[in-house]
Amino acid sequence: MTSRLNSSAANRRWRWFANHMASWLSVGATILVIAPLIAIFIDLVYKGASSLNLNFFIKTPAPVGEPGGGMANAIVGSAVLLGLASSIGVPIGIGAGIYLAEYGRGTKLSHVVRFTADVLNGVPSIVMGIAIYALIVAPERGFSAMAGGVVLGVMMIPTVARTTEEMLLMVPHSIREAALGLGVPNWRSMLSITLKTALPGVITGCMLAFARVAGETAPLLFTAFGNPFVSTDLTRPIEALPLQIYVYALSPYDEWHRLAWAGALVLIVLIVVSVALVRFVTTRGALKGAS
Amino acid sequence: MGVGIEVNKLNAWYGANHTLEDITLHIPANEATALIGPSGCGKSTFVRCLNRMHETNPIARVTGEVKVGGVDIYSDTSAVEVRRRIGMVFQRPNPFPTMSIYDNVASGLRLNGFRNRRVLDDVVERSLTHAALWDEVKDDLKKKSGASLSGGQQQRLCIARALAVDPEVLLMDEPASALDPVSTAKIEDLIFQLKVQYTIVIVTHNMQQAARVAERTGFFLNGKLIEFDSTHKIFTNPSDKRTEDYITGRFG
Repeated sequence: MTSRLNSSAANRRWRWFANHMASWLSVGATILVIAPLIAIFIDLVYKGASSLNLNFFIKTPAPVGEPGGGMANAIVGSAVLLGLASSIGVPIGIGAGIYLAEYGRGTKLSHVVRFTADVLNGVPSIVMGIAIYALIVAPERGFSAMAGGVVLGVMMIPTVARTTEEMLLMVPHSIREAALGLGVPNWRSMLSITLKTALPGVITGCMLAFARVAGETAPLLFTAFGNPFVSTDLTRPIEALPLQIYVYALSPYDEWHRLAWAGALVLIVLIVVSVALVRFVTTRGALKGAS
Repeated sequence: MGVGIEVNKLNAWYGANHTLEDITLHIPANEATALIGPSGCGKSTFVRCLNRMHETNPIARVTGEVKVGGVDIYSDTSAVEVRRRIGMVFQRPNPFPTMSIYDNVASGLRLNGFRNRRVLDDVVERSLTHAALWDEVKDDLKKKSGASLSGGQQQRLCIARALAVDPEVLLMDEPASALDPVSTAKIEDLIFQLKVQYTIVIVTHNMQQAARVAERTGFFLNGKLIEFDSTHKIFTNPSDKRTEDYITGRFG
């Protein structure tokens, strides 16, 4: 067989080399991506696991010098803050994403909304904290869980909105036409067909936003402030895990350092567990062969 | 039962593009009517004007009159209502990927607020039987996604989905062009059975297909309806030179 593609021995060796080179480069890149995560996790377990016990989850911080004490206030506080943030950020973000992808396509307002979302995404979190301080904390004359939840919620909006938009745009036009062709009203087709088809991606976006704000410290310094006692009152200051870790890690006491490591471990595990849980619940009904 | 369609001086535009010019024809009830013509001649746009899908494109515009069973679909009723009465099957099979086979067929009724389980079960079985798919899928109705079926099965699923809302007219826009010959033959058999109950308008690139399934055939060229007559007449003794040239393969 003589063909233009027939190759000499040297050519074949070069192809073999190039092929393996490309494979190994991509494997190497993968390892570089995973390695820091694993290293951080191992370090956290190594330094934090020894301070974890039941007291850590059910006790509030002990005074300096006294052994024991836990972060119950911070765990409850983070749950309250993140619940509040999600109930603000997720609906507004998804709503804005739907507007961008479905109703405002090509309009001036949609360009403004998209641009604003991108800028908002780039605003340093401490600036967000100061903004909410000026808007809520100062007029109300007090730090509050409400202000903390609002600042985290606002920070979730751009990520949720932009991923929702992109996921909705990925739903093939033929699927929308199928729904409209059945005599389904536009709004119904939007919610029950387009959004439902895009849902796995939209949920990923929400979880990314959730995980990002779950570790935020700076904006909470000006809003939630911190609270050494367990509190669920939205009008009063509240503790959060990142805040407590920040305070403990900067302290001069070894006991507090150990607790900070344990707190960091708990924070990471809580984030991973909640992301996994949401994913499990939302993919439970998936069908064989569904794309 | 199917109903007839009267089209009077229908014009359609995409932006500045005049895609249909002064189309006037009468599509009789309970027959299959084929629309043939080269790509871009306006036949797809024409069927999309019959159930007001044309206007879902923001730059699209339409004038003229379309009466389905005596009702002017552009002035006497809403687009949503029109599409419930006139089902559509598209060129590429488009089942809802997140839904089971059962849910796909039931979707038209459910999304319009219909919830009675027993009636839905009944409609799903009847529609799938009608679309000649029941025997192949009855065991995994709720287990498998509509997207897991083969291309030909997906297209019959889409036909079942369209039939489930009990339309009077079925529009088919090149329903077999993405399918293999065996699946195509199944769809054609189906058209024969369906025209007992429905009026069928089928767009096709395949002239043999038009000759096989349709009583009447319309030939479109550059946005104009050149000739509309019985299929036999169109294929054996067309009155227009352009129809004859197209059918004998001299262009298109």
